[in-house]
Amino acid sequence: MKVLIPTPLRSYTHAAQVEAEGATLAALLADLDRRYAGIRFRMIDEQDRVRQHMRIFVNGEQVYDLSAPLAPQDEVQILQALSGG
Amino acid sequence: MPTTSDRVRLLVATKKGAWILASDAQRREWQLRGPQFLGNIVHHFVADPRDHNRLLLAAKTGHLGPTVFRSTDGGESWKEASQPPAFPKALPGLKGRAVDHTFWLTPGHASEPNVWYAGTSPQALFRSEDGGDTWEGVRGFNEHPHYFAWIGGEQDGTPDGPKLHSILVDPRDLNHLYVGLSGGGVFESTDRGANWTPLNEGCFVDFSPNPYPEFGQDPHCVVLHPKAPDVLYQQNHCGIYRLQRPERRWQRIGDNMPRDIGDIGFPMVLHPRDPDTAWVFPMDGTTVWPRVSIEGKPSAYVTRDAGRSWKRLDRGLPRSQAWFTVLRQAMVADAADPVGVYFGTTNGEIWGSTDEGESWNCMAQHLPHIYAVELGT
Repeated sequence: MKVLIPTPLRSYTHAAQVEAEGATLAALLADLDRRYAGIRFRMIDEQDRVRQHMRIFVNGEQVYDLSAPLAPQDEVQILQALSGG
Repeated sequence: MPTTSDRVRLLVATKKGAWILASDAQRREWQLRGPQFLGNIVHHFVADPRDHNRLLLAAKTGHLGPTVFRSTDGGESWKEASQPPAFPKALPGLKGRAVDHTFWLTPGHASEPNVWYAGTSPQALFRSEDGGDTWEGVRGFNEHPHYFAWIGGEQDGTPDGPKLHSILVDPRDLNHLYVGLSGGGVFESTDRGANWTPLNEGCFVDFSPNPYPEFGQDPHCVVLHPKAPDVLYQQNHCGIYRLQRPERRWQRIGDNMPRDIGDIGFPMVLHPRDPDTAWVFPMDGTTVWPRVSIEGKPSAYVTRDAGRSWKRLDRGLPRSQAWFTVLRQAMVADAADPVGVYFGTTNGEIWGSTDEGESWNCMAQHLPHIYAVELGT
């Protein structure tokens, strides 16, 4: 499925939009990490929490739970929130 | 008379990236190279004395989690650690902890060329045995039965988080380690991190009902002399101290500082050959703790007699209205003769002296807030 990548993470993907697979958000993030090693830990901490200044949307709806199911036609958008000066 | 000199590279870590400030052989001309990792919060940028081409850099950004980058070609190219420092996953139902940032990096013993140590916020100790690619927690510290008592609560840390720092490896014995906790105190291990004991006797605390607790102090910066490893110094939140091992009681040598200056500051730097010579950079620790140059008149101080007396070193520094801070990793000495001493400021200046602090020159300005200045190799 289509995954939109924010600028802070494009040093990993070298693209604003990439393809990745997964039946859940957790599986999708694991697939992203296989393709772009290290990208997951920059946005998900070691307790599987989305980091404070990252936001993940599925079809325009913000998702907080990594077990959220995904379908192949879904669009996942990763965004950077405000994080100070 | 001056006899030797050499090229110096300073590795500069800032709130917005990393730079290298490199000199010619006479240390007269300096060239600023960078930035690298522009926009990254770089807490520490460290060269490996065991391999001149290897550098490690601890970074995060406002959005992205903490990681470590490694270079094996002197900073020409970088690779990210495949397993950065991270706490273990918590058992279900328990709130696990997450590393906010890696604050400190220390190369391991000379006989273990791939070993590195890292200190993090929240406080934890990590070790890499593959040159910084993968990191594991040092369980003897992070899972010690007294660990949570030693590190205290969130209110016991610095404003941007409690930190483990000043990881020292005894050059005579790879099993002999020290660490500093802000807050928490100084701790020692003689078995490569399997067990630890507090080492804080004699260190005053003005923020506790017990002024001399077993632990709970705030050692801002702890240093060990590489040629005389039984000599330790620390710039503490509450004074400047010296310890001569095997003694366990620190002596407050800061009592010999001028009364109107006091003995509060962040960094402490040792002469590379003379264990009786050390530099500090006092700050204002009065009233609400402004933590800036005292009365806006910055100065280093040096002792050449193990803390019995101190001399003010401010020639060339601003005479008034200079309100910067020199953080705990932001002052360093080179190995030349006479020794060069350098410091970075929170307002983005790098100052240097090639005559052991007798006179200072501003070598760079307009950089971001400087967290660390280390000596390259």
